[in-house]
Amino acid sequence: MVYLDNLNRDEKLPLMKLAVAQYVIVALLLVLVSGLWRLQVLGAQNYRALAEQNRVRKVPILAPRGRLFDREGRVLVDNYPSVSCFLVREQGRDMTADLPLIARGLHMEVEQLESILRRYRTAPIYQPLPLKQDLSPDEQAFIEAHLNELPELETIDEQRRLYPRDNFAAHLIGYVGEVSEDMLNDSKYAYYMPGDVVGKSGVEETYDQILRGRDGSRDVVVDSHGREVGRLGKEPAVGGQNLKLTIDNDIQRAAELALGDRNGAIIALDPRTGEVLAMVSHPSFDPNAFAIRIHRGEWNKLITDPDHPLMNKAIQAQLAPGSTFKIIMATAGLEEGIAQTLHVNCTGGASFYGRYFKCWIPHGGHGSTAITKAIYQSCDVFFYTLAERLGIGKISKWAHLLGLGQKTGIDLPGEVAGVMPSEEWKLKNYHEKWYAGETISVGIGQGAVAATPVQLARAIGGIASGGVLKRPHILMLGEVPNEYRPALLENFAGSGDQIVPLDPVNWEIITDAMSQVPNPEGTAPSAHLEGIDFAGKTGSAQVVSNAAKSRLGGGKALRDNAWFVGVTPRRNPEIVVSTLMEGGEHGKLAGRVAAMVIEAYVNKQRKQENNLLEAKQPPAPVEVGAVWSETPSVAGVTTPLGGGHFFLPPGSGQSPLPGKSAASVAMRLP
Amino acid sequence: MRRFLSFRDFDWVLLGLVLLLSVISVAEIYSATLHTKFVGFHKTQIIWLMAGLVGMFGLSVVNYHRLIDYVHYAYGVSILALLAVMVAGTKVLGARRWIKLPGGIHFQPSEWVKLILIVAVARYFTNLTGRDLTWGDIFKGFALVGLPMLMVLKQPDLGTALTYIPILLCGLFLGGIRWKQAAILGLAGAIAVGGAWYSGKVLKPYQKARLTSFVNPDNDPKGSGYQIRQSLIAVGSGGIWGKGATKGTQTQGDFLPIPYTDFIFAAFCEEHGFVGAVAVLLIYFFILMRLIQNAQTAADLSGTFLVMGVVAVLIFQIAVNVGMVVGLMPVTGIPLPLMSYGGSSVLFTFLALGMVMNVRMNRFVN
Repeated sequence: MVYLDNLNRDEKLPLMKLAVAQYVIVALLLVLVSGLWRLQVLGAQNYRALAEQNRVRKVPILAPRGRLFDREGRVLVDNYPSVSCFLVREQGRDMTADLPLIARGLHMEVEQLESILRRYRTAPIYQPLPLKQDLSPDEQAFIEAHLNELPELETIDEQRRLYPRDNFAAHLIGYVGEVSEDMLNDSKYAYYMPGDVVGKSGVEETYDQILRGRDGSRDVVVDSHGREVGRLGKEPAVGGQNLKLTIDNDIQRAAELALGDRNGAIIALDPRTGEVLAMVSHPSFDPNAFAIRIHRGEWNKLITDPDHPLMNKAIQAQLAPGSTFKIIMATAGLEEGIAQTLHVNCTGGASFYGRYFKCWIPHGGHGSTAITKAIYQSCDVFFYTLAERLGIGKISKWAHLLGLGQKTGIDLPGEVAGVMPSEEWKLKNYHEKWYAGETISVGIGQGAVAATPVQLARAIGGIASGGVLKRPHILMLGEVPNEYRPALLENFAGSGDQIVPLDPVNWEIITDAMSQVPNPEGTAPSAHLEGIDFAGKTGSAQVVSNAAKSRLGGGKALRDNAWFVGVTPRRNPEIVVSTLMEGGEHGKLAGRVAAMVIEAYVNKQRKQENNLLEAKQPPAPVEVGAVWSETPSVAGVTTPLGGGHFFLPPGSGQSPLPGKSAASVAMRLP
Repeated sequence: MRRFLSFRDFDWVLLGLVLLLSVISVAEIYSATLHTKFVGFHKTQIIWLMAGLVGMFGLSVVNYHRLIDYVHYAYGVSILALLAVMVAGTKVLGARRWIKLPGGIHFQPSEWVKLILIVAVARYFTNLTGRDLTWGDIFKGFALVGLPMLMVLKQPDLGTALTYIPILLCGLFLGGIRWKQAAILGLAGAIAVGGAWYSGKVLKPYQKARLTSFVNPDNDPKGSGYQIRQSLIAVGSGGIWGKGATKGTQTQGDFLPIPYTDFIFAAFCEEHGFVGAVAVLLIYFFILMRLIQNAQTAADLSGTFLVMGVVAVLIFQIAVNVGMVVGLMPVTGIPLPLMSYGGSSVLFTFLALGMVMNVRMNRFVN
């Protein structure tokens, strides 16, 4: 092919090549169109979701937790407004550069922030991470002032828990805290999100689902810097349900004061209903310290303290019940028809199966002793003998009927079952035969027997009520929504409500004997309450059970634990108080403590009755310095102290099940 | 052989297509800058378009042979300008690309070099027609384009430097390179690219990251991977019909990077969907076909070379830019001609079209 010159056109070669160029262009454009097709037609849905994820951020609206009230509607646990700071992570943005500034502004350590980021690194990116709670005003101002530099910081208004001061009722209320990683990983708690505040103990834990309410959220439109540029929908938060507890603030306060600084526990129940009026465990802790994330040092102190401040001893201390167990023994003995006719001559001890068992009065002993004296004098020899006669099988049967060795089913987390030994129990747990000698120790609440204060309160309160035992509970009946009831009963399985048929004669024998205990001839004369029909039983337990010993960590000096379980009035009591004083040496000390609670209760009842009476007639002028007990008597009431049922003349007791023989009602309550 | 030039011979169809695209561009720039501090850029763009139109008409009456005759001066000035940038250029974001001229105008020589290279390559290869290309011819061609290209690469401005390559390839292709030579060159090119990649001297690490992150955007979610990811989300979420003008969440929410320049097509795709995107590509298709027709009807080979040089640059930029937006190409910072905001890009395109117009108007000159 010959080209003439530059200006001479030869069209053939370029034409072909230009056609090639056209094909190349078409091919390239088709590739681009196919790329668009892939994204815009095939992938549209996916990318639309991603775009929404980009621009819409869910800002949680935290639901205020339900408040807690005592039985009279007085506030126990309240909320207060507080501001929390969250970190909003974003695709493709690195926060590490901002951390020092954030740390400075929020008064935190950079390492703290890093550990939070690390902890939640697997959480979905759109989930805000909790940085700090309960911000101070200057920390809030810092965030406000750095909206542009630190758009990743977000504040959320919320309601925080305000617990009573001075550790008041700390164990029964429990505390809340940030949900732990373990809980988050547990499918049972799938509804928890990181940063959620959840109940971790006490009522807060048991009724968490009812108290917590439902968090709402606000959908906000943000730009790539996280700045809010618009708002979409809003799902309002539903506040948690307020709950009314069975606790009586006055009785609770009296119990706290009565126990003072001593280690131990008090639980006061209304045996007619099982309502817990007061529950104290010492030493205690401040739940407010948990409301914001608890300081590590503080936490370590709480969990390493040998006195176990976090342990609710009213339901978690399983210890030898000592002589308080004799009430159960007496019940068993009388109901089996053995104790009525049993007379022993206590010389300060007796031999059984070749071993000498001492009475607690080793020199001289109690002399000739029958059941009544055996109870109020707490004669060991009598109960050794009774135990021998009954045998472990019957003792165990009755103790189980009365709820020992099982949880009571109180609606608090962590209740323990205690131990009520039997031949089968020993075979099962120790693969050994039961030795008859062991039965003797069990007769005075020693040996392998271990009980919790709440068990004893339920059992002895139930005996004093003629055999009607109630499930102790801390939430007012009717406060629990119906849909939670089955789960509640399942989660807090225990002996619950039960009727143990008792012969009214035996009932009177036992309760009358118990009423002698706080008398000069009884074991707890110092617990005497003038003018109040106070009955009870002391206990001084020599050793803790082996199981409990290992749990408590043996090193502690194992002084005697003092017990007292008291009721008023002696039959069909309105209140039963079970007191444990660790290292309290003697039951009469515990008796004194229980008496203070009883006294507070009775005084309150009388005051209320008095007020009712006053309300019915024009108030009498009260002189300065006059006390209410000096108001003149009112018609129909013999004294202002009045005709109260706390004055119960002996023998006036009525069976709680009139018209029915005890045996005929041997059935469980529905 | 001076003949009368008539604007009746002006390519009004081409101009119409170009103006249509310009209107779309202005609208999208308006939408993409609506909620940013760049609001009002569409007005600036209109001014650039006006200037471009003036330049286009101006250049369209300048005989392209004249341009070819004097291109060696322009080439020399270009090299000097690029040298000036290297020495005294304004440093923006670590790259020296601009020279500050009196009056506050920032002059970016690398865009103009593109235009001059088109003319220079046209002249060089036109003179070589009539015989097969020798290796010497090829290497001279490489040197012609390679010198300014390396200087631009040094700035560093990878994107603009890359646009010089299609000018050379187009020249070689039309100038009559043989298959064997093309194959050898292809192989050598591959080796050179590989060597440059691994030597670490030619490309900076961020450039490399940009080039590779399109394959898997999540490898580099903070940098260019983020850009690509956001671009894909923008394009994909537009769907078939788009979200509507000024309604693109990716664009308006500032998730899409620079939605008025390099990623303007992503913004357009988000707001106008697959239908709108294909329509724009169709307009490009018609423009390119029209240009090739003009190349075909050119009075002489130099005219064909000129027009095809413009075509090569345009299709390259379209393919690379749209390819980048849809995730088929790496992020190179190449603007989309006639769509992206920016004076240099607008002026280059319109001046190039001015040359094409002149080639067309001279098509009956012989």
